[in-house]
Amino acid sequence: MKVAVVTFPGSNCDYDCYKAMQLFPGIEPAFVWHREQDLGGVDAVVLPGGFAHGDYLRAGAIARFSPIMKSVSEFARHGGPVVGICNGFQILCESGLLPGALLRNDTLRFRSLDVHIRVESTRTMFTPRYREGQVIRMPIAHGEGSYYAAPETLAELEGEGRIVFRYVRRDGELGMGSNPNGSQHNIAGIISADGNVLGMMPHPERAVEEILGSSDGRGLFEALAAHRTGVAA
Amino acid sequence: MKRYHLEVRVKPRPGLLDPQGRAIQHALDSLGFAGTEDIRVGKVIDLALMAGSPDAAVELGREMCRKLLANPVTEDFQVTLMNGARPVEGAE
Repeated sequence: MKVAVVTFPGSNCDYDCYKAMQLFPGIEPAFVWHREQDLGGVDAVVLPGGFAHGDYLRAGAIARFSPIMKSVSEFARHGGPVVGICNGFQILCESGLLPGALLRNDTLRFRSLDVHIRVESTRTMFTPRYREGQVIRMPIAHGEGSYYAAPETLAELEGEGRIVFRYVRRDGELGMGSNPNGSQHNIAGIISADGNVLGMMPHPERAVEEILGSSDGRGLFEALAAHRTGVAA
Repeated sequence: MKRYHLEVRVKPRPGLLDPQGRAIQHALDSLGFAGTEDIRVGKVIDLALMAGSPDAAVELGREMCRKLLANPVTEDFQVTLMNGARPVEGAE
């Protein structure tokens, strides 16, 4: 499957995503510049991390109006798989493809460290390779990753099982020391109501080989490689 | 068409945790400014634009806020017309 990696001015994880996906037979990554109108017949889209448009105004606020985002929204509306990682998650929230917003970390610090996250749902197209409740480890690197949504939206996410990843301690538990940024309900990743748009702050593309310190992100790309939606754009 | 000057204020919604405001409050506390409360940090955007009337200028400013300048999930905004003696406001 052909997977677009969208590069915005200020993206800095686009090459990581590209390189990571090259490790998986069945995935053919392709860079798409944000000024393009057309995704070029891809089967999935990755919005990588970084600081698109310098994160000016709010992270993702300006990237959301990049020309390519019209096609990304269209692709998502037709059920095409879209994964937003870190800044990509922020862009998905700003563009309304995912609910809520990512606010300044409650620590007021840029947090760059390995975290443990728990796989809360394996019934998504992105997570069937994991076990329900499995604790995996991958890095975060962000200043604005504190997930916020209105109470009714949070209730909806919880009720519909759309919280895919939650920050936990190494032992898999919530509570003291588990939440690196103040996210509500320890949210690290959520999925759209239609189940085809995933946003997450942690970086699976930086956890695909043991030499990187973890290969726990592989499951996500393996699932992507195996996925057939029949939606192309 | 006339040139109008708008001041747009964008603030975190009431009830939303504002860690910057909290940090500033702690700093003020430690400087001896006791009793400060509810400090919230937003931003001010100054802009000039051409519009047919003062009301139209403010309405354009509000439209800009809804589309880009403010995040409806987390922020409130207030648009103030700065020309003339009496400011014209439009908040949401």
